[in-house]
Amino acid sequence: MTETTPDERLTPIRVLIAKPGLDGHDRGAKVLARGLRDEGFEVIYTGLRQSPQMIVDASEQEDVDVIGLSILSGAHMALLPKVVELARQRGMDDVLIAAGGIIPDADVGKLKAAGIAEIFGPGTSIGQIARYFREHARRRA
Amino acid sequence: MADLAELLRGAVAGERLPLARLLTAIENDAPGLRDLLPSVFRAGRGAHLVGITGPPGSGKSTLVSALAAEWRRRGRRVGVIAVDPSSPHTGGAIMGDRIRMMEHGADPDVFVRSMASRGELGGLAASTWVAAAALDAAGYDPIVVETVGAGQSEVEIAGLAETTVVVEMPEAGDEVQAIKAGLLEVADLVIVNKGDRPNAERAARQLRAMLSTAGGRIERQPPRVLITTATAADGVAAAADAIDAHRSAAREPTHAANRARQQVRRALGELAARRAASSPEWASTVEQVASRELDPLTAAERLLR
Repeated sequence: MTETTPDERLTPIRVLIAKPGLDGHDRGAKVLARGLRDEGFEVIYTGLRQSPQMIVDASEQEDVDVIGLSILSGAHMALLPKVVELARQRGMDDVLIAAGGIIPDADVGKLKAAGIAEIFGPGTSIGQIARYFREHARRRA
Repeated sequence: MADLAELLRGAVAGERLPLARLLTAIENDAPGLRDLLPSVFRAGRGAHLVGITGPPGSGKSTLVSALAAEWRRRGRRVGVIAVDPSSPHTGGAIMGDRIRMMEHGADPDVFVRSMASRGELGGLAASTWVAAAALDAAGYDPIVVETVGAGQSEVEIAGLAETTVVVEMPEAGDEVQAIKAGLLEVADLVIVNKGDRPNAERAARQLRAMLSTAGGRIERQPPRVLITTATAADGVAAAADAIDAHRSAAREPTHAANRARQQVRRALGELAARRAASSPEWASTVEQVASRELDPLTAAERLLR
């Protein structure tokens, strides 16, 4: 799973970074986008105030390997499972969906049960996130 | 990955995920793709291929979004390929053109795809014109290719697109800028965007004056110069009219032949580069060039033999 042939390394992993809901600022998401760029990812950044529907529409057209959701507003239980649900409905079964931001420990288990693969809290380094994406994003030709 | 022919069938039938996955296969030059290419081009419906280029920050993405809205009002299905630069160091990229196109997020008849240039110069990725052919097969018309923010000489888009739109902004330079060779020479239409800024009219007048003498020895109509304010959709309907009107001119046989020549030339370059890189003598030849035992041209000739 984690082995890469030279050919695979020539095709960058595509990541969509989105901010669902009504958060007012996106500094963290931009820092992450920039950091992932430096790690060799192709990052599609969609900006603030995205609905789950918009995020899934964009992810479908962009055929991304990873959807990264940044959320600080506290609405994660309402929004994140919806993204997973819509993505799976569209047949995007092999797309890794992860989240980061301010998410209480008590909700982490519930979100994972809903299909969010991993949740990165404050203090996570970009290197950790990049490594996780490399190890868990789908491989393809 | 699903069968490529299956993806093409799905895309032609109007399904979005198969189209998206076909575009990925095209971008990655996936195994088996070469065999599918004839079918991709055969499935084309003759969409109008429009290139939008211009310096960074001139409002290309916002203008593309406003044009897409206008074409939607006219009942057209719009395909967009937005190219952004890849890092020469890490190969990574940030593609932010979608931010300006979110108003179409929920519209199934607008398909926006971001592409990283992946080391190609000229403002496009190597696979951009094949990706455009796939959108054509999927029934989008027009197909808009937005290049990376271009400087003065990223003119490759003109070899690919039927109609090339160069977006400028007010106060982007004096009259001498307009008569330099390069980007403006390839324009079929020049748009001065950010028309709400001071001096937009003056910039348009200067461009018109300078470009009008461009006829000269080259058999070429000077391009029209229009003013838009994309954020307010001002002038956008006129811009869409001008682009649509250029379609028939672009289809005259001489223009079509020119484009075909560029496409074949480009394909030749790619093929030659790939074949040379897979030669067993590649590494040793490159090393000889590095140590100055061999000049690059002789090296290239040797690798192609």
